[in-house]
Amino acid sequence: MSENATHITEYKTLGIVLVTLLFFTLITIVVTSFDLAVWNVVLALVIAGTKGFLVVTYFMHIKYESLLLKILVGMVFFLFALILVITFIDYAYR
Amino acid sequence: MENELIHKEETRDDTAAKLGMWIFIFTELLLFGGLFIVYSVFRTQYSREFHQAALELNVTIGAFNTIVLLISSMTIAMALTALQKNNKKLSLRLIGITILMAFVFLVNKYFEWGAKFHHGIYPGSELMMKFEHGHLLYFSLYFFMTGLHALHIIAGMVLLSVIFFRIKKGIIHSEKYVFLENGALYWHLVDLIWIFLFPLLYLIT
Amino acid sequence: MINATTTMESVSYLDHKGKYKGIFAWIFATDHKRIALLYLYAISTFFVIGAILGLLMRLELISPGQTIMTAQTYNGIFTVHGIMMIFMVVIPGLSAIFGNFFLPILIGAKDVAFPRLNLFSWYIFITGSILAVLSQFLRSGPPDTGWTFYAPYSTATGTNVIFATTAAFVLGFSSILTGLNFIVTIHRMRAPKMKFFSMPLFPWSIYATAWIQVLATPIIAITLLMLIAERLFKIGFFDPAYGGDPILFQHMFWIYSHPAVYIMILPAMGVITEIIPTFCQRKVYGYKAIAMSSLAIAGVGYLVWGHHMFTSGMSETARWVFSLLTFIVAIPSAVKVFNWLATMYKGSIDLKPPLLYALSFIFLFSIGGLTGLVLGSLATNIQVHDTSFVVAHFHYIVFGGMGFGFFAALHYWFPKIYGRMYNFRRANIAWGILFVGFNLLYFPLFIIGMQGMPRRYYDYLPQFQTGHVISTIGGIILIIGLFLMIRNLVLGARKGAKAPANPWNGSTLEWQIVSPPPQENFDEDPLIKNNPYDYE
Ligand SMILES: [Cu+2]
Repeated sequence: MSENATHITEYKTLGIVLVTLLFFTLITIVVTSFDLAVWNVVLALVIAGTKGFLVVTYFMHIKYESLLLKILVGMVFFLFALILVITFIDYAYR
Repeated sequence: MENELIHKEETRDDTAAKLGMWIFIFTELLLFGGLFIVYSVFRTQYSREFHQAALELNVTIGAFNTIVLLISSMTIAMALTALQKNNKKLSLRLIGITILMAFVFLVNKYFEWGAKFHHGIYPGSELMMKFEHGHLLYFSLYFFMTGLHALHIIAGMVLLSVIFFRIKKGIIHSEKYVFLENGALYWHLVDLIWIFLFPLLYLIT
Repeated sequence: MINATTTMESVSYLDHKGKYKGIFAWIFATDHKRIALLYLYAISTFFVIGAILGLLMRLELISPGQTIMTAQTYNGIFTVHGIMMIFMVVIPGLSAIFGNFFLPILIGAKDVAFPRLNLFSWYIFITGSILAVLSQFLRSGPPDTGWTFYAPYSTATGTNVIFATTAAFVLGFSSILTGLNFIVTIHRMRAPKMKFFSMPLFPWSIYATAWIQVLATPIIAITLLMLIAERLFKIGFFDPAYGGDPILFQHMFWIYSHPAVYIMILPAMGVITEIIPTFCQRKVYGYKAIAMSSLAIAGVGYLVWGHHMFTSGMSETARWVFSLLTFIVAIPSAVKVFNWLATMYKGSIDLKPPLLYALSFIFLFSIGGLTGLVLGSLATNIQVHDTSFVVAHFHYIVFGGMGFGFFAALHYWFPKIYGRMYNFRRANIAWGILFVGFNLLYFPLFIIGMQGMPRRYYDYLPQFQTGHVISTIGGIILIIGLFLMIRNLVLGARKGAKAPANPWNGSTLEWQIVSPPPQENFDEDPLIKNNPYDYE
């Protein structure tokens, strides 16, 4: 953990991240306007996941945080996925 | 261990404050996570009705609000950068823009909800009670999820306003900015949740 | 041996004079030790009220048909008993009282990471408790859903469900903030040289508990919010009349409420792990195994909630998966039990009151845990589902486990908290009466449960009466034991003999400082050992 050497994210980096996020937003709107059956959901969620990853990594500075915090964030998303899957063991096999 | 450096009391521990904020964010994520579980269960059970009901939402308004929130998320991140670089004036201005964006989001939401109410679609309304089950559940989820999210926007606005005045007074400054950092984290969380709400409610038709 | 490293001049936290006077010196205190006592007094009060409600239920059940109350009152009383005991006593109990008091001391810190947030959590706790109590008296009458608030009955009943669920929501918020505070405290406030693996095992169990508090409570929070919205606006999530799914409510409810059992029991296990080495003067057997088993219980315990729903109409596949996961979670619990026993092997066992409580914890918890496997396996579950067998099982876990763990902690740390000692002879007598009363009260419920006595029933077939009478007699004995124990402790706190710094010859940090601890816990940097249980 680097206690004192705080990382300052440059304006330019933040700007690039925003442009990327807006680009993905456009893509997701365009893609979902076609009827691709199940793939609509998959694509929309993959794009949302990517956008979320960018926000967490750059806007929320997880990239520059301690390993502990990175592990914890990963753990929370993993835990949520696990609960969702286990719940669907019920609903998928009814 | 890294703790040896900062254990002595009176030493401010920004890492602790930030860790605390992150844990709080985890609880918020799981709070909405519970809603996403409910959403996915009903969506698989009533995919046809969800499909039709989602068509009744206005994608343009949703997309506009998405853009507003994304920009505000960047401005608050930049406000932190500005304060870290000791540019108080720019930082204040950027926080101001963020709060303004939040306000725009709420106004937009107000008109969106207002239009639905006008058509008789609101929780417990006579019209909604007559809907098909999946249709009703979709709109219940829509109101519940966006409503809870809007409450978080309001909480974020209050938090950012407090931070705004504290920076102005010099309580938060370029050497002591963890409060702004945590406020920004909270705002990103609000953005993060919307990133998932938008496709789930507006796009997956 | 360890001597008190603190000089005698230091002012104890009980006598410390701060900004405020009188009662304000307590209710505005940010010192973790004072907050712990605030919790202790509040929770003990709720516990006594809850116990009296329980006794009323037992008296009603002494004969079939109406005995002392109407059926609706009975429904109200078992709901209130459940809500109070679960949300206001056992969930906050050990972690908010003894976690607050001893976690910072055991890791060599002066306070928790966020002292003001800590006090704030107490206020939220009190607010939630007041709401819960109010829900009993407002005009539509006490909720009659049971503490589980199962939909769709809870969406339809005319009683005060909204108040009770709001109370549970607020109490959950307090629980989250306490957990958050403890996690950050353990990560950031440990004394220099105090590594994760040189912490005593009570902090380890508090750490695992805190993670469950933080990661599970939000799920119940959102579920209760949905239930409230359901009642207010008919949003239909859990109401089959609108296409909702009551089984989904059960999923959401138990995703929290099963891990909540570990919020109750893990800190109790931590306490036992502190007491056994002290009274056997032996190093803990398998330190790392016990520490890791706490985390394992927290992790796997999150994934087993479905065992409460075997008869609800869940899919076949989900049922065997949940049954399997439930059996897996028994492994780390068993690891702890075997390690405690191995610690005692060849130790010089000193049968003082704290150890008596600790040993009865192991005994009662083992009965509760093994009957838990009867409930966790599919075939037997269907036979005893929703019978008094379940009631007996979870009282053996929650009362026999968490309750006796709580009493053990109280008797173990009492001299440190108050700087005085209670009377051992009276403590032993009270323990004996409690232990006999407890088993008389709950063991018959296993038997009549197997024979088919449903839980929560107001009336029953005459063939179950013998069991109910024995159980009610046990309940009365238990209440007498409880009264004797509390009386002995109150007398001890007021007039007991002055306690030395280390009355039990313990090796962990709290015994290095004077009793009661000074305001700042450590006047000098504490001596930190690599292994906290260094007896040999
Ligand atoms: Cu369970």
